[in-house]
Amino acid sequence: MKIHLFTQCMVDMFYPQVGIAAVEVLERLGCEIVVPKKQACCGQPLINSGYIKASKAAMKNTIEAFEDAEIVVSLSGSCAFAIKHEYPHLLADEPQWAVRAQKVADKFVEFTDFIVNTLGVTDVGATLNKKVTFHKSCHATRLLGVKEPPLTLLQNVKGLEYIEMEKADRCCGFGGTFSVKQPDISEQIVAEKAQTIIDSGADIVCGADQACLMNIAGRLDRLRDRGELPRDIRVMHIAEILNCR
Amino acid sequence: MAILYNLNGKEQSFQERVKDCIADDFKHKAITTATDVFYGNRSARVAEIPEWEDLREEARRIRNHVLDNLDYYLAQFAENAEKAGSKVYFAQTDKEAVQQVIEIFEARGAKKMVKSKSMMSEEIGINHALIDEGVEVFETDLAEIILQLNNWNPPSHIVVPALHLERNAIRDIFHNYGYQGDEDPERLTKFIRGFIREKFLNADVGMTGCNFGVAETGSCTLVTNEGNGRMSSSVPNTQIVLMGMERIVPSFEALDVLVALLVRSSVGSKITSYFSLTTGPRRADEVDGPEEQHIIIIDNGRSKILASEFRDMLRCIRCGACLNICPVYRHITGHGYGSIYPGPMGIVLTPLLVGYDKASALPWASTLCGACSDHCPVKIPLHELILRHRQILVEEQGYGAGMQNLVFKAAGVGLAHAGLYNMGTKVGARVMPLLAKDRKSLKENVSLPVVKNWTQSRDMDVLAKEKFRDWFKKHEAEKKGGK
Repeated sequence: MKIHLFTQCMVDMFYPQVGIAAVEVLERLGCEIVVPKKQACCGQPLINSGYIKASKAAMKNTIEAFEDAEIVVSLSGSCAFAIKHEYPHLLADEPQWAVRAQKVADKFVEFTDFIVNTLGVTDVGATLNKKVTFHKSCHATRLLGVKEPPLTLLQNVKGLEYIEMEKADRCCGFGGTFSVKQPDISEQIVAEKAQTIIDSGADIVCGADQACLMNIAGRLDRLRDRGELPRDIRVMHIAEILNCR
Repeated sequence: MAILYNLNGKEQSFQERVKDCIADDFKHKAITTATDVFYGNRSARVAEIPEWEDLREEARRIRNHVLDNLDYYLAQFAENAEKAGSKVYFAQTDKEAVQQVIEIFEARGAKKMVKSKSMMSEEIGINHALIDEGVEVFETDLAEIILQLNNWNPPSHIVVPALHLERNAIRDIFHNYGYQGDEDPERLTKFIRGFIREKFLNADVGMTGCNFGVAETGSCTLVTNEGNGRMSSSVPNTQIVLMGMERIVPSFEALDVLVALLVRSSVGSKITSYFSLTTGPRRADEVDGPEEQHIIIIDNGRSKILASEFRDMLRCIRCGACLNICPVYRHITGHGYGSIYPGPMGIVLTPLLVGYDKASALPWASTLCGACSDHCPVKIPLHELILRHRQILVEEQGYGAGMQNLVFKAAGVGLAHAGLYNMGTKVGARVMPLLAKDRKSLKENVSLPVVKNWTQSRDMDVLAKEKFRDWFKKHEAEKKGGK
C-alpha cells in the first residue's frame, strides 16, 4: 500500500529516530512510503494560540503537501486532530480551500489506528523484554478517539509487560504554547505526570504524540540530574517500540 | 462579591495569583485530593449506569430545546408560578436584580436574612449590597458560613466552596464566634449548627438559588446536602428565589434526567441528601412555609450569550465536573482564576459575563486537553469554546499586540514554507548545542526568553544534527539503488 507519512515537524527536527522507526515498521508491513518535501509545520501551535490568519499559510502548505495522497499516516495525534478537525472550519471563509482541507482531512489516519484498523495488523512482530507504560495523550486518545489500537499493538509485542499508569489519560501539561505561556502550571502538571510514570514501575514510557513525550522526557531528565529519579526510565515513541526486534 | 474578586484585597495579575495558589501547600493538596475523590466517585457512579451516554445526549437535547424556546418556557414558568401564588420579576442586569431585592426588603421592613448557597447570589453580589443597606445577612451552607465568618473569603469551588480550608483553620475561625472546642469535625459542625439555627428562627427573609425551574408547574427546585436550603425556604415568612434565566426545564420528566446527571457529575453521589421543591408560598390549609415567595429571574448577560456563538455554554447546570477533571484547576484551585466561576466552565463563562478586557488572561489557563468536554453531563464543547475565546482575543480584541504578534506572525511564515523551515532548522541545529553544556540538552541555567519558561522545570533536547527528511532522502536513494 502506498502511503504518505506525516512525521510532525517536531519529529523531523528533534527526534528523527522516531520517523526512521516508523518507516522501518511500515515498510516491513508492506507499505511504500512517500514523504512530501513540501511538508513543514501544520500550524497547530498558531491555531491553538488563536492566530487564525497567521496560521493560514501553514494550513495551505500542508494541504498542498498531502493533496495527492491516498492515505496519510500521522505520527502525531495532535497534528492529525488539528488537520482533521480545525482546518476545514478555520478555512470556511475561503470555500475552495475549505473543500480541499476537508479532502485532506479525510485522508489522515493516526499511526497505530492505521496499523490496526487499516492494515488489520495487531502483531507487528516486535520483541522487547521490558515493562512499558503508555501515556494516553489527549489528542490521540480523547479527541481523535484512538483508544484501543496502541494498547493492542503493545500487548502483542513479545516479552513486553504492559503496565497502566494511574490516570494514564490525564494531560501531561504540554498543551503547545501553554507550556511556555503558563510555565508554573505546566510545571505542576508535568511533575504529577512524571510521578505517576515513576510510580507505575515501568522501565519505559511510550506514547503516540512526540510533543507530550518531549515534555515528559524533559521532566524525567531534570529529575535524573537532580538525583530524584529512583531508576532509569526511557521515553520512546510507540513507533520505536514496535521497531524493536 | 460580584464575579471577579481579589484575594486578601491584593490587586494581582493572573500569574501572581497562580504562583500564590501553587505555593499554598495546604490549599493545593486539599484541592488535588478532593478533586480526585470526586472524580473517582463520579467514575464509579457512571460505571453503574450503562445508559450514561444516552442520558448525556438526552440532557443536551433537553437543554438545547429549552434554549431554543426560552421565551415560551419562561412565560409558561412565570404564569404557572403566579398561579401558584408566587410573585415573579424579571431583572435584566445584576443591578436591577439587587434593586428588586432591596425593594422587597424595604416594603416589609425586613432586617435579617438567611441564605442558602447560590451562585447567582454571588454573581449579583447580593450579600454586600444588603449589608450596605443595613441588613444582617447570614449564609447557612456549612462551607459558605465558614467563608463568611472568615472575612468573606471567596469560594474556591462552585460546589464545595471552602475546599481550601482545613479543620484547624476552621476551628480558629469559629473561636472568634464563641466556639471553645477542638478541631473535631463533629464538634465543629454541632457548634455551627446551633449558630445557624438561631439565625433561621429569627430571619425575616430566606433567600435561595434555583437549580431548575419547572415550567409546567412553576416550581423551583434546590439540590443541597445539608437541609439548609429547605430551612431557608420554609422558616422565614418571606422567601426570595434568585434564578438565572436559562435554568428552566419544561417538565418533571426532564428534571429527572438533569438531576440524575447533576448529582452524579458533581460529587459522585447516587442521590442528593435534600431535594427541595417549592411551588408557590404556603397555602391556606398548610401549617408551614413562607407567606410570600418572590422569584427573580435574572438575565445579566445571558440573552447576549444566547444570541452568540457561545450559546452552548447556557446548557451548563453548574455541576463542577469540569473543575474536578481539569489538570489546571487541581493545581491553581478556584482562587487562581479570580472569578467565582473557575475551571473550564469559568474560563468560558467569565469573559462573556464581565467582558474580554477584564478576563483576557483566563482563556490561556487551559491545555485544551478536552477532558472537560468529555465529562460535561450536558456535552458543552468547553475546550472548543475556550479556543474560540483565544481566537477572538487575538483576531478581534487586539490581544498579544506587539512582540507576541510579531513572533507568531513570523512563525506563521517560517513554518509554512519548507525552504524557510529547512534553513531555520539547519541554523538551529548548529546554534542550539552551543547553549547546551553537554551539547545534548538545555538545562535550568539557559535564560533565553520563552525558552527559560520551558527550562525552569524540564530539560530541552537540542535539534538533531540530521533531520528525518534528510535521512529519508538517503534512504529512498538507497532503496532505488538496491533495486
